[in-house]
Amino acid sequence: MTEPLVYEISSPGRHALRMPEVDVPKAPLPEGLIREDLPLPELSEIDVVRHFVRLSQLNHGVDTGFYPLGSCTMKYNPKLNEDTARLPGFAFTHPLQDPETAQGTLALMYSLQEWLSEIGGFAAVSLQPAAGAHGELTGILIIRAYHKDRGDEKRTKILVPDSAHGTNPATTTMSGMEVIEIPSDERGNIDLDSLRGHCDESVAGLMLTNPNTLGLFEEQVREVIELIHGCGGLIYGDGANMNALLGVVRPGDLGFDVLQYNLHKTFSTPHGGGGPGSGPVGVAEHLVDFLPTPLVDVVEEGDEVLPPLYGFVTPKKSIGRVKSFHGHFGVAVKAYTYLRLLGKKGLREVADFSVLNANYLRVRMRDVYHIPYDRVCMHEFVAEGRWEDAPDIHALDIAKRLMDYGFHPPTNYFPLIVREALMIEPTETESLETLDAFVKAMLEIAEQARSDPELLKTAPHKTTFGRMDEVKAARQLVLCCWPVERDES
Amino acid sequence: MAYVPHTESDRRAMLAEIGLERMDDLYDAIPKEVRFPDLDLPDPISEMEITREMLTLSEANLEVQHVPCFLGAGAYNHFIPSIIDHILLRNEFYTAYTPYQPEISQGTLQAIFEYQSLMCNLTGMEVSNASHYDGATALAEAVILALNQHRGKRHKVLLSPTIHPHYRQVVRTYTQGMGLTIVGDESLDTSSAMLAEMIDGETTLVAVQYPDFLGRIEDLSSLGEAANKAGALFCVVVNPLALGLLRPPSEFGADIVVGDGQPLGIPLSYGGPYVGIFTTRQQYVRKMSGRLVGETVDSRGQRGYVLTLTPREQHIRRDKATSNICTNQGLMALATAVYLSIVGKQGLREVAELCYHKAHYAAEKIDALDHYSLWHRGPFFHEFVVSCPKPVAEINNQLLDYDILGGYDLGQEYPALADHMLIAVTEIISKEDINDLVTVLEEVSHD
Amino acid sequence: MEFPTDLKYTNNDEWVRVEGDIATVGITDYAQDQLSDLVFVEVTAEVGEKLERDATVAEVESVKAAAFIYMPVAGTIIETNVELYDEPEIINADPYGAAWMFKFEIANPVELDELLDATAYEKYCQEREH
Ligand SMILES: Cc1ncc(COP(=O)(O)O)c(C=O)c1O
Repeated sequence: MTEPLVYEISSPGRHALRMPEVDVPKAPLPEGLIREDLPLPELSEIDVVRHFVRLSQLNHGVDTGFYPLGSCTMKYNPKLNEDTARLPGFAFTHPLQDPETAQGTLALMYSLQEWLSEIGGFAAVSLQPAAGAHGELTGILIIRAYHKDRGDEKRTKILVPDSAHGTNPATTTMSGMEVIEIPSDERGNIDLDSLRGHCDESVAGLMLTNPNTLGLFEEQVREVIELIHGCGGLIYGDGANMNALLGVVRPGDLGFDVLQYNLHKTFSTPHGGGGPGSGPVGVAEHLVDFLPTPLVDVVEEGDEVLPPLYGFVTPKKSIGRVKSFHGHFGVAVKAYTYLRLLGKKGLREVADFSVLNANYLRVRMRDVYHIPYDRVCMHEFVAEGRWEDAPDIHALDIAKRLMDYGFHPPTNYFPLIVREALMIEPTETESLETLDAFVKAMLEIAEQARSDPELLKTAPHKTTFGRMDEVKAARQLVLCCWPVERDES
Repeated sequence: MAYVPHTESDRRAMLAEIGLERMDDLYDAIPKEVRFPDLDLPDPISEMEITREMLTLSEANLEVQHVPCFLGAGAYNHFIPSIIDHILLRNEFYTAYTPYQPEISQGTLQAIFEYQSLMCNLTGMEVSNASHYDGATALAEAVILALNQHRGKRHKVLLSPTIHPHYRQVVRTYTQGMGLTIVGDESLDTSSAMLAEMIDGETTLVAVQYPDFLGRIEDLSSLGEAANKAGALFCVVVNPLALGLLRPPSEFGADIVVGDGQPLGIPLSYGGPYVGIFTTRQQYVRKMSGRLVGETVDSRGQRGYVLTLTPREQHIRRDKATSNICTNQGLMALATAVYLSIVGKQGLREVAELCYHKAHYAAEKIDALDHYSLWHRGPFFHEFVVSCPKPVAEINNQLLDYDILGGYDLGQEYPALADHMLIAVTEIISKEDINDLVTVLEEVSHD
Repeated sequence: MEFPTDLKYTNNDEWVRVEGDIATVGITDYAQDQLSDLVFVEVTAEVGEKLERDATVAEVESVKAAAFIYMPVAGTIIETNVELYDEPEIINADPYGAAWMFKFEIANPVELDELLDATAYEKYCQEREH
């Protein structure tokens, strides 16, 4: 059932696409600069189509089945998004054409900036960053620039809770600042005492994920923010979990200074099997001048007859450019489409039903799976995938067995502060029937863990592929293939 | 309608199971004073209305399917074979997440493995990652790789002035907290021979673009040699489509090859999403950032693919990771893999040659005009610089009246090149389009 | 799990064998078990390099984790075990023997007193199991 590689189905001399004849006189090719060999495959169109269609069939996507992958917000991706992003007037505009000839595009970007600002409670939003982690880097560089601009050079530390996603500490290191890890307390909140101990004038800021990666709203968020602001630091919000907060609370109103949105999560733009994402960054008033360049703004006000004229501007103290051109415009179109369809009312429904679904699963599972921080959660929760009376079973075995039921497993081994973590995020677009079927599978698996642990250890059984040998992959690195004839020579 | 399937009775039953009375009770942990803001957002509209609205918005734009596009400067209007979108719209590809569970993600994993292979073969390098955000961020990551290779002991980065201005800006943004000295790009006159002379024991990376931002191509071997001799890494920023014709940078001693994959089947889409190519030598694989797919076998003895060498990455190494990248450009990488598969060995060469010949035809015709001349006489690929009799913005406005999208105004980024236009010619441009351009250029030079 | 009594240990799961003024360092049985299958080792410090206590000397990777190995006490590196590069699995098979990682000349022998003995280290490992 394995699919051969493109190079293995290649046949010398085969040719798919026909290009037109050269309609101009040929120019001599430059000497010494022309390559001898171009080792690319040679296929017919039907070869290529079948190859990639077969590959696609080896994947599980949201459209295939339930995908409760915690922290990733794998909600339904409206087909409409795909259509609007492909409208020729969007898909075939050049990023450097005169903005006056791209007013539709700029108007869309401007509205999206405004809507995201309103949703998060911020003064301005940049659509430049390409993904969540890229937004984090942008935001942390903004914080760094803010302190430097005030001549406050000693602020070199960023506090990061131990429950944070790996991108948070990695981002801090990239920014040239130092990570100070803050432990969590027994309710899953940031440990306030420890935090207090670190609050001094070397603190540039705190990276706060709220709801945190346990799916819990920080109960003392006000105190945390006051402490940090009190010592002169700023609050960076990791907005990967914004799904739970839409129309419910605005991070800006809580005192967050900067936050990234993940359009490929919260705003349904799909995840594309690993991108492209989009990670717009929102900032409070005092940070607007530091946003990356360029921003879309109204450069000439409109009136009753004429629409406003949009253009690009560079914020006064901008950290610079984080990406070529203008961010992931194609992804922005999808988020815009989604927001337009939902409107204010729909946004609140997203939060409500994602939180309802998560709590329903939590309550239905909690008698069988230990939930270390068991209180009303937001859009996701974390269970432990281990039992004392099934000592050999790990979260990974449960995850693999779930595949036999046609479900994508939850996130494993994150957050690091929960042993054998299973992080479950159902999203709002899943029905009660789906949730019940998932619970049923989880309960059956818990029974099998005791009655027939081998069934879990050797899972999955019903998928096309079994467990992969990751040790072999890492020890005997094979990272690419070459044209088949090269192997023979 | 938020694509929520719950009926009223589902909702009530679920709340009862949770033991809450009202939906609002779900939010007790949130400070009351800020709960449930009244958002100033538009009301929802129907799919039918959105379709109309989006059509109207999109039609307010000038788009390159209807006018010949001579604008390039890092984003190119190439022909996109129909098959690509049909594959990208396979929902098993686009509605999946990063392939964390290999048993049910072999489609994505094998596609990435093939992407990595195609990129290695195209650039002549030994390993490729699963992609970066774009060409600019890939270059920034190349700088970071070099820094780590030298264990932070070398602090100077040499950038050629004819690397795409955005790329150089992004490198500076990324590294602003790293204490680097970035030099080499102060003056447009700095040739690669002069760059070679600037390399010293402090230099961690030397980067050039090929073809350069102004379209020029040259043999970079001596620069590569100079870099290697001084122990600095040598990075070449490429246009991957040009490599259908040109010698791969591996032949110039490149340690790292980066570039933007947009020319390989990705629509212009006003600047993104594209895909950042990153290939390097095997010896640097553990210093390379980003995801990586490797071949292995499954428990049933079948060949399969997994994400490998993951301990390099942020989710394991956290603050010790050299990059924070997580989500990359998966679907766009797939687009380029499909593109290279469908055009294949012969097709890519044909596309590159079409671009080459048409660009040279255009350059010759424009150079023959009275008030225009080629700024550079050496070899170039599909983009060239023309010195114009008046401001480029003015000429471009006039070209637009004739439904022609003119070239890039170089004065914006290079003061020395005020009144110089960078013209790109791809295979989509016909001989008539070129002749029209030449006629109009001639005409507008008079007034 | 083995905890040889002739060795000294650190809180970072390194073992130290002291012979005269030379110390040999590797990672413990407990550490290899936690990391699972090792796939990569690199001694990043160079022979001749003089290092303070806690300076980074080597790096190991399994399929699911990365770990750094530090100087247990100050000293000068005199030898590194490059054999491990090709066969990192030796660390899983023989952590206290063939899988030694580096040797150094001890700068300040009194620092050795601060290392753990086998009993104390075993207790430290047990504590972390809960
Ligand atoms: C909590 C959290 N923060 C940050 C990120 C990084 O986002 P991205 O993958 O878009 O870079 C993720 C995504 O995995 C996340 O779950």
